[in-house]
Amino acid sequence: MPLQDIYRSRIWDAFREMEQLQSQLNRLLGSGRDSESVDYPPLKVWSSENEALVTAEVPGIEPDNLELSVINQALTIRGSRPPVELKEGERHHRRERGAGEFARTIELPFRVDPERVNAQYKKGILYVNLPRAAQDKPRKISVKAD
Amino acid sequence: MAIDMTNRLQRPAVPANEGVDQGRSVRAFVPRADIYETAETIVLLADMPGVDEKSVDITLEKNVLTIDAAVEPEVPQGYRLAYAEYTTGNYHRVFTLSDEIDREGIEAAVKNGVLKLTLPKSQKAKARKISVRPEN
Repeated sequence: MPLQDIYRSRIWDAFREMEQLQSQLNRLLGSGRDSESVDYPPLKVWSSENEALVTAEVPGIEPDNLELSVINQALTIRGSRPPVELKEGERHHRRERGAGEFARTIELPFRVDPERVNAQYKKGILYVNLPRAAQDKPRKISVKAD
Repeated sequence: MAIDMTNRLQRPAVPANEGVDQGRSVRAFVPRADIYETAETIVLLADMPGVDEKSVDITLEKNVLTIDAAVEPEVPQGYRLAYAEYTTGNYHRVFTLSDEIDREGIEAAVKNGVLKLTLPKSQKAKARKISVRPEN
């Protein structure tokens, strides 16, 4: 494994450890899955050798209202969910679902090829495939004999 | 989507509390919900990412409305999870409705991971306008 990749997998592992620690803490403190302070939308990052897959829980959004952009190593997810508008005479009994605009940027451990990024929105979950840029892939250098 | 309003026994017994392990590897979450009332109906919206119309089960017994949804854990092939801020699991929530509902007219739809339940008020529960005629 090239040195850079070892370093990178350590970053992933550190992320993982932090997440585990956080979820253990949450369990201890009895907080639920979405505490208010957490960034929106909540994400998962999946990795394979040459790609990352970012999934996000963003229910109730029209795909047209989702905007993605990729610059170098950063993915930005922007969107909005309109609030429930009531007509005259109608009234709310309960309002727990959030509404409004959101934007979130995450840094990936490698440069992304923006041309090959593709995204899907299914059942309120956003899936973004982020292939690693070719020039960012580790190169094997063979050592020639004299 | 199954709307079963009579026989509770047909449903699996899931007395779920948030975060409590039910003997399976999936947990049940309490979906966030909005409820509003119009002249004719009560409308319930619940955020349930990962759910479609096939995986929701709604039961109304007397005035107790129960929502259950099963979500398959997603593991994209060829990937390993590097970082996670949310957990995938089933949904469970119980509401007690104050108004009487016309059971026959209940409508349920799931779009973009949001359940929309339209519960028409029964004739009895509807506010009736009583006209007062002048005395001759």
